[in-house]
Amino acid sequence: MSASKAMISKTAAIKSYPVSAKLLHWASALMIISMLFLGVSMIQTLAPWQYGAIALHQSFGVLVLVLVVIRLLNKLRIEAPELPEDLSKMQVLAAKGSHILLYLGMLSLPILGWLMQNANGVDVNVFGYLILPTLIAPSLELYGLFRELHGLVAWLLFCLILLHITGALFHGLIRRDNVFKSMTFGNSKIK
Amino acid sequence: MSHNNLWRYLIIISAVGLLAAAFLYAAGLYGGKGVTAQTFVNLQEGKSAMLGFRRAHAKGICIRGDFESNGSLAPYSLAHVFQPGATGFIGRFSIAGNNPIAPDLKAPVRSLALSFASRSGSANSGSSNKDQQWRLAMNTPPVMAVSTPEDFYEQLVSLSPNPKTGQRDGAKIKAFFAAHPESKDFNNWRARYTPTNSFAAEQYHSINAFYLIDDKGQHHAVRWQAVPQINPKDYLEIGSTHADALQLDLVNKLQIQAVKFDLVFTFASTGDNENDPAVAWPQDRKTITAGTINIVSSHSQTDGACDGIRFDPLVLPKGIEPTQDPILNARSAAYAESYRRRARESFLDQFNVGTEK
Repeated sequence: MSASKAMISKTAAIKSYPVSAKLLHWASALMIISMLFLGVSMIQTLAPWQYGAIALHQSFGVLVLVLVVIRLLNKLRIEAPELPEDLSKMQVLAAKGSHILLYLGMLSLPILGWLMQNANGVDVNVFGYLILPTLIAPSLELYGLFRELHGLVAWLLFCLILLHITGALFHGLIRRDNVFKSMTFGNSKIK
Repeated sequence: MSHNNLWRYLIIISAVGLLAAAFLYAAGLYGGKGVTAQTFVNLQEGKSAMLGFRRAHAKGICIRGDFESNGSLAPYSLAHVFQPGATGFIGRFSIAGNNPIAPDLKAPVRSLALSFASRSGSANSGSSNKDQQWRLAMNTPPVMAVSTPEDFYEQLVSLSPNPKTGQRDGAKIKAFFAAHPESKDFNNWRARYTPTNSFAAEQYHSINAFYLIDDKGQHHAVRWQAVPQINPKDYLEIGSTHADALQLDLVNKLQIQAVKFDLVFTFASTGDNENDPAVAWPQDRKTITAGTINIVSSHSQTDGACDGIRFDPLVLPKGIEPTQDPILNARSAAYAESYRRRARESFLDQFNVGTEK
């Protein structure tokens, strides 16, 4: 009895992500989903709001990149909750694999945007205060490559996000296990 | 239990489905977005796009030179380019149309585009000049015929030749202009305008208005024009039938001396609407000559430095800002789509082994 109690208290300590990880997760989620919607809309419009939209898209894109790097560093520091033990191997693989892909998407999307701007011979301006270093010399061919990859990765990332939400809701509503709750607020003290 | 779960599954499916549907709507997959950058470029490129080329102003010639500022515009704008001294540029003369081998003298519109090389590491980089890039796309007409991108789209549709006969439909064009009285200033210009036999003898206009921003943050609405230093009246004789007449003339002129233009800024007065590109401003408006555009060399566009440049009129230095003119933004948006398409084609072309570009 005392032995199993010790085990519970050991796992109980990491049932939920720390507040730092939750804040980073939800801030990134809000920004990334907004940027995806803004991105696909702004490339079609002819209206004057496009000029400001592109500037915001670039600035927030850089912010997303910074947040992803902070999240990855934070990951080294924090202890993440384990997945439920009764998950099948396939489910565990899908969960881990989709998270790796999400991080790859979140990292590469802003970098591809940065590269495509440089290929077009212009620099990335962050909220009018900071101009990012120029990574590559202007090139029509490289613009062709990076512009298409930026669009492609955006659509793939959106599909991954849909998958991620589906998985989270499956855990929260169907399995009703601890996975969904581990990333929401107000329940840090549960068990 | 399973009945209970059914509802839960429905919640998941509808939440994720709604988000996906909203995204597809934002991406324009259900249409309903009116005239977009994509439909515009589709119209410009026509049924058979010229792969790798600009969808508008496909035929042109690369140029190099510098802008020698006299400093008179510096009190009105923070842009470094207006400080006394020279700033280098890469540019391009071009003719309207989507055909890269069209006869020069048949095109109704000619253009002068410039891209100021003020990136870090460029010749005049003393201080930080990374926010000093400036691209200009100027055309021979001083105004647009219409005030909105939607009307401009309709104008292009009315001017498109009948696909069966290859001829323009005069009645359709007449009907368009009759329905658009705002085209009065444009039509007045067209009635007065006589094309010359030289790129160097044309006058090129910003068409759209911009704001110059001074050191107090004050906005001055301006349009600008590149005014030739040679007299256009001396170049009205069109004797050549050569398809590249304008390019050959430029090459010949540059062998003798630089081709020069004055860059003249016209300031709006109270009552002038800087957001309406169809209305000309009265002749008595204040003008300031900011300096001289010196063009010293030319190069074929197929391997020239200008080919990779998108002359996006919204690449502006600190000290110049766009107005809310909807056609100004539409130009930027359409050039971006055209650039995306030809960049993709140029990228893929590298792997077409055996097919020389």
